[in-house]
Formats: sequence, structure tokens, C-alpha cells
Amino acid sequence: MAQANPTNTLEPVPLPEGVQGIVSDWSSDQRAFKNVPWGKAMMWIFLLSDTFIFSSFLISYMTVRMSTTEPWPNVSEVFALTLFGRKIPLILIAIMTFVLISSSGTMAMAVKFGYEKNRRMTFILLLITAALGATFVGMQAFEWTKLIVDEGIRPWGNPLGAAQFGSSFFMITGFHGTHVSIGVIFLIIVAIKVIRGDLDHERPGFLTGRKGKYEMVEIMGLYWHFVDLVWVFIFAVFYLW
Amino acid sequence: MAHVEGQQHPIGIYLKIWGLLFVLSAMSYAVDYFHFQGYLRWFLIIVFMLLKAGLIVAVFMHMMWERLALMYAILVPTLLLMVLLGIGALEADYTFLTRGVFFVRQLL
Repeated sequence: MAQANPTNTLEPVPLPEGVQGIVSDWSSDQRAFKNVPWGKAMMWIFLLSDTFIFSSFLISYMTVRMSTTEPWPNVSEVFALTLFGRKIPLILIAIMTFVLISSSGTMAMAVKFGYEKNRRMTFILLLITAALGATFVGMQAFEWTKLIVDEGIRPWGNPLGAAQFGSSFFMITGFHGTHVSIGVIFLIIVAIKVIRGDLDHERPGFLTGRKGKYEMVEIMGLYWHFVDLVWVFIFAVFYLW
Repeated sequence: MAHVEGQQHPIGIYLKIWGLLFVLSAMSYAVDYFHFQGYLRWFLIIVFMLLKAGLIVAVFMHMMWERLALMYAILVPTLLLMVLLGIGALEADYTFLTRGVFFVRQLL
């Protein structure tokens, strides 16, 4: 990856690596993040702030769970499903996990085909990603319905034990589900841009007027992988604790 | 202006990481399915969680191919969360203790 150095020398000056590289990047003119489009750097900074939001939720969940004197509901049983006449613990959450990981895989490949300017494959993979994301949200809606209607779980209390279970559950999974839903909408928008050729012809976007570029697929991918990343943590600390 | 081509990597690495994430997820599900308890459960859950998170960030989000300046700018601030985690745990223990003393005497 040859980076154009903003000097007028004939050969681009190679950027220093290691700690030296950090110092020279941060003390350089114009921009600290070399080799990345600014949209990508900004997406990373947004994701960092989102990391703090989700971490605050998860850490406050830890705090209320550790401090409650009521017994915590058995999560493994609450999220069990009866399949083929057998009660399998946590199976719904396991399927949701695999669905989301698969969508991350297809997204990563969509980014790859995007940079190869393979419009058809990028479009197809983005649509598969969106479909898997929508499946995930659908399963979450099913899970919420089951908990609210069948088990009587509310944010302020539930018949299974500690009241904090409901508030943590709806807050954390609700916020994550919102992120997934927004992601699905944007995946569809980017997919349409790809198949219409907006990214090849640098057509300005309808909202920001920015020229279409294939780095948009990668920036979209960063957001989508982040949603999967958050689910990894939710799965571990909420469902497996 | 020179053309910056963005990140290009062979498709094989994505498929391999995808497979690895499937295996790791299946293993963390197995931790619950086979009822591992106590510190072993915690150890396994945290290890699988961090491995999965690391693979997603490093490969799917291309972090391992970025320059150190970006890597450190994004990854180092998250270490601050360890402080919040510690404060949360301390506070929770204290709250649990006072609840035990004042509300449910029989717990202690």
C-alpha cells in the first residue's frame, strides 16, 4: 500500500514504523491517521465512544447483579427453548450468536469484493448481511415477546427473582437491537448505492453530498463488526454468567 | 493525487477467522451446556470472549494492518474501563454488605 506523501519529491517518503511512527504521525502536518480515509478514522472514534456507552451498561449491570440480595433468575433456563420435544438451554441465544457471526463473515467479504470493484458480489453479500441482521432482530423480538408475555418479566420486576434482571436485560439487549436495526437500514442503503454504481461514478450522496467511494463499504463494515463485537461481550457476561 | 486502494487481503483469511469464531462460539456455548461452574467457568468464558473480540477487531475490522497511531488511539482508551470495572465491583460489594446488614440480616 503506497501512501502518497504530501511532498513534491518523486519517490514517496516511507513512513517510519513502531514507536517512532506514532511520534511522527501525531506530530505531523495535516493529519495524525495516515493511510486511512478520514471517514474511517471518524468511524473508529465513534465506535470508541459507543464502546464506552455499552461498557457503562455492562458494568452497571455487573454492579446491580453483584449487589442484589435476591436470587438472580437462571438465565440458562429462561432462554431455553423446547425443540423436537427436548428442552435445550440457551439455544435461542446460541443460534442468534451464530447468525450474527455469519453476518460478520459475509460483511468482511463484501468489503473485500468492494475494493475489487466487484459490484455484483458486493451487493449480494451486503444483502445477505442485512438479511442475517434482520433475522437476528426478528429472533430478538421473539425473545422479548416470550419474556414479556409468557414469563411476565418487566423492567421493574419479575416473578423469577431479582428485579434488576428485567431492567438490565431490556436496557442492554434493547440498545444492542437498536444498533443492529440501524445497521440493517444502512446496509440496505449501501447495497443500493453499490448496485446502482454510485461508488464507481462517485455520485454524491443524497444527505451529505459526499462522493461515493468504496471505502464507504469498509466504514459500514466497521460499524457492523462492532455490533457483532458488542454481542460477544453481551453473550459472555449476560447470558453465560 | 495518488490512488489509495484501501485494505486488500485474500478471502481465505476471512473464511478461516469466520470458522474460528464459529468454533469459539460453540465452545463458549458448551461451557454453559456442560454446566462448568466456579472459577473454571469464569476463566473459559473470559478467554473465549477475549479471543473472539480480538479476532473480530484484528482481522474483520483490519486493525492489525493499521498504523500504530490509530491502533493505540482506539485501543488504549478502552483500558480506562478497567478502572470503572474496579469501582463498580467495589461499590457493589459495599452495597451488598449494607443491604445484608440492614435489610436481610439472615443472609450474613
